[in-house]
Amino acid sequence: MTGGSTTGDDGTRPVDTEAEEDQYANEPWPLWEVFVRSSRGLSHVHAGSLHAPDAGMAVRNARDLYTRRNEGVSVWVVPANAITASDPDAKGAYFESAAGKDYRHATYYKKSEGVKHL
Amino acid sequence: MSGESATRISAGEAFTAEDIAAAVEAGTRASDDVAKYAMRLGDDSLILAQRLGWWISRAPELEEDVALGNIALDLIGHARSFLTYAAGAWDKTEDDLAYFRAEAEFRSAHIVEQPNGDFARTIARQLVVSYFQYELYSRLVDSTDETLAAVAAKAIKEVAYHRDHSAQWVLRLALGTEESRRRMVDGLTLVWPYVEELFVDDELIDQLEGVAVRPSALREPFDALIGEVLAEAELEVPDVPGSIGGGRQGRHSEHLGYVLAEMQVLAREHPGASW
Repeated sequence: MTGGSTTGDDGTRPVDTEAEEDQYANEPWPLWEVFVRSSRGLSHVHAGSLHAPDAGMAVRNARDLYTRRNEGVSVWVVPANAITASDPDAKGAYFESAAGKDYRHATYYKKSEGVKHL
Repeated sequence: MSGESATRISAGEAFTAEDIAAAVEAGTRASDDVAKYAMRLGDDSLILAQRLGWWISRAPELEEDVALGNIALDLIGHARSFLTYAAGAWDKTEDDLAYFRAEAEFRSAHIVEQPNGDFARTIARQLVVSYFQYELYSRLVDSTDETLAAVAAKAIKEVAYHRDHSAQWVLRLALGTEESRRRMVDGLTLVWPYVEELFVDDELIDQLEGVAVRPSALREPFDALIGEVLAEAELEVPDVPGSIGGGRQGRHSEHLGYVLAEMQVLAREHPGASW
């Protein structure tokens, strides 16, 4: 907690050993990733992240931070450390092979003669 | 006024202080007694909002700054509606009532002017006020006064969230560490003397049968619901004597003057300022 004496709290508490001091240290809350499904959307879309002490408070904080303007009908929160991500530095190896493969796109193909309304 | 007037009030729809101001303009005026009652309700929300606003940038985490700030803004919304309605009865505006009344003219209960203390004490105060307001508004929706009923119908959904927010924090602080539990117990003990005043009936309430909600009738459901939260948090209802009260008659504790000084200084230094 911040604020010092202006909170009206002198902060007195028994601190005998370093271990006990650690117990009261202000550890940052864990990070959560927030996914919001809008009323028009079919799937939950990543909206951002936030800090919260636990999952229940994370959902509540997400409501305050990411659904302020009626964006959402459903919210998911996921512990950020539960997400396994691809390595950003290995981007080339992961994604480059798709780049040369134009035939994976519909625009690669020529329209056959005689096909109307395509 | 025609039946299809744009200022027609219906519960549940977006309903703002501006709508009420327009209705007042069109002739929907509160009687003197109804205005006095609306002013009480508005003052409770206004002073508590001013107190909560202090936490912005000072809460334990940024997310909690936002949560408390949201609650404060909801309360300002409720205060604006009640005070606009009250002010209309006396040819005044919401700003006249908020910024240009002296301390003894405020009718808020003592609990809302109590210092923030630490986070736990603020949460204890918020728990009491949110549960009180929820019980109050859930009955005010049936008031014979359409404006009060409509304001309550809008406010109750927001207060339901305030209740949940404070209850969740009471559980976490009480069942967290030894230190957080100590602070939660201290916070409740400091706040509890001011609970009783919220449930006192007086002459004004007697005169507004059917319009106002009788505060004494809220005590039992309040105790039952708060009791559930405290039991889940393994906390006792503090056994402390009630304070003397007097806020509804304009007799306040030493704290309100400082709250008002900060809240009113800008409007008084620069009348009519806007941004």
